[in-house]
Amino acid sequence: MSEPDVFVVADNIFSPLGKTTAENFTRLKQGLYAVKEHNDPDISTASFFASLFDKHEVFLERNTGNYTKFELLLIASITNAIEQSDIDPVDKKTVLIISSTKGNISLLETETYNAELKKKISLSHSANLISAHFGFVNRPVIISNACISGVLAIITGLRLLRSGQYENAVIAGADVISKFIFSGFQSFQALSQQICKPFDKWRDGLNLGEGAATVILSTDKKHKGNMTVKGGAVSNDANHISGPSRTGKELTYAINKSMDDSGVSAADIDFISAHGTATIFNDEMEANAITMAGLQNVPVNSLKGYYGHTLGAAGLVESVISIQSLKQGLVFPTAGFQELDKNMNISVCASVLPIKAKNFIKTASGFGGCNAAIVVGE
Amino acid sequence: MVKDGAALFKNHTANAQDFLLTIYQHFRLSYPKFYKMDNLSKLGWLTSEVLLSGKFEAGAYPPEKTGVILANTNSSLDDDIKYFESVKDIASPSLFVYTLPNIVIGEICIRNNFKGEYALFIQDEFDAGFMEQQVNYLMDNDILDACVCGWLDFLDQEYKAALFLVEKNKGDTSLLFSEGNMNGIFNSHGEK
Repeated sequence: MSEPDVFVVADNIFSPLGKTTAENFTRLKQGLYAVKEHNDPDISTASFFASLFDKHEVFLERNTGNYTKFELLLIASITNAIEQSDIDPVDKKTVLIISSTKGNISLLETETYNAELKKKISLSHSANLISAHFGFVNRPVIISNACISGVLAIITGLRLLRSGQYENAVIAGADVISKFIFSGFQSFQALSQQICKPFDKWRDGLNLGEGAATVILSTDKKHKGNMTVKGGAVSNDANHISGPSRTGKELTYAINKSMDDSGVSAADIDFISAHGTATIFNDEMEANAITMAGLQNVPVNSLKGYYGHTLGAAGLVESVISIQSLKQGLVFPTAGFQELDKNMNISVCASVLPIKAKNFIKTASGFGGCNAAIVVGE
Repeated sequence: MVKDGAALFKNHTANAQDFLLTIYQHFRLSYPKFYKMDNLSKLGWLTSEVLLSGKFEAGAYPPEKTGVILANTNSSLDDDIKYFESVKDIASPSLFVYTLPNIVIGEICIRNNFKGEYALFIQDEFDAGFMEQQVNYLMDNDILDACVCGWLDFLDQEYKAALFLVEKNKGDTSLLFSEGNMNGIFNSHGEK
């Protein structure tokens, strides 16, 4: 039996730039960035660049469930995506997939560590609350796999649908930036003191960002004509837990496998939504991998200059924008990028690119040596 | 510690950290990186060493077709707490790197040169049916030839590791990879 097509039914981005996919896309078209300078002593004693929600932002009109910010972001994003579809969470053919790197970890900063906090901080607790909020009947699937979490969540959804386990998957990711995460990246000297510059010769680190995004997938044939997630793959560097592969060979493998899985070749790929964190090592590794996959002439962008690195949401945020790019024939430039690093041989998108595109690849890489890639297209 | 039904090592008196160290010493393992790892990674690395020793021939499969699929409930909270303690003084990058539950998979992959699929799922409790489904998808679709999968959790003084080696090639002591067999093994050893 051949595997069913997996359609993209609805999506949402809930970020400091906007509360819907359409709002976010419009802001990007206006050339707006969510990354800006902040002074927040709860996060850092010195000022810093990041994409953060306003401290007084109301995510849900009546927070009767006493949800945390992390949970509210997911609820807001999922609510908007479900509203645009006819997906019924109560349907036993529907599964909820949650992606996050650190979830409610900020509670460690303000609350005493005891059995109750241990429970509140766990991702399964949050996922169960969110699941109950919407009335999902199946046990939620939770993915916490560093910076590939969002892309891996889409791959997991794709496989669960292909194998016939479920018919619909609501896939949502979120992360919240607090002192815990900020201090860690700072201790790694991974943060830029300005808006990050992916693939640029002067890049000097990443910006962190918070937000949520949701993608709803379905194998129901009534969605024929929608974009499809065509395939995906994951690989491991087996090299270093906190540094990328020296060669990029393993990311190349994930890219090639995702194209094989999708039944497309390098010639069918119209643009690449890269991970592009703007750290020295990540971007160089990624550029190598893209070149080795034969995609060096394909336009590449990174959206990290707009949104920062939204961690467990990043793969979803960037996939949703790229899906809109396919629909609207418009690929965004890499914010912050000016001059290509001379060690790289790729085609970084530096200005708005009108394009007749059929397929894109979304890549991600992260701590633990993980890499992931998906192909989405018509 | 039990392998294929046979008890290999017992130590009822040691605390969790000392227990890990005594296993390392008992099996005369030599891997300096072990000492840098957080508890979750030590637990996972030790268990995978014992699981694979004498069973698994390095290079038997292409690196890209060997993978690791794990689940746990407390993510990396054991290390998260230690890292955040360090923030009060000077944030420690060597503790921060372990504040992700998938790092242990990276450690196992580095040790064994596994370069294929990998994933870390968070679950209330070990969901053998989900694990069976995930790993079977990878094996049946020829994405992996061999996979280490199972449960790995460590928090404070509570821990449990139950890893399974799943291979295309059947060995002498092989059992059918199934939800029932995994649950049987998982539930017959240690606390829940």
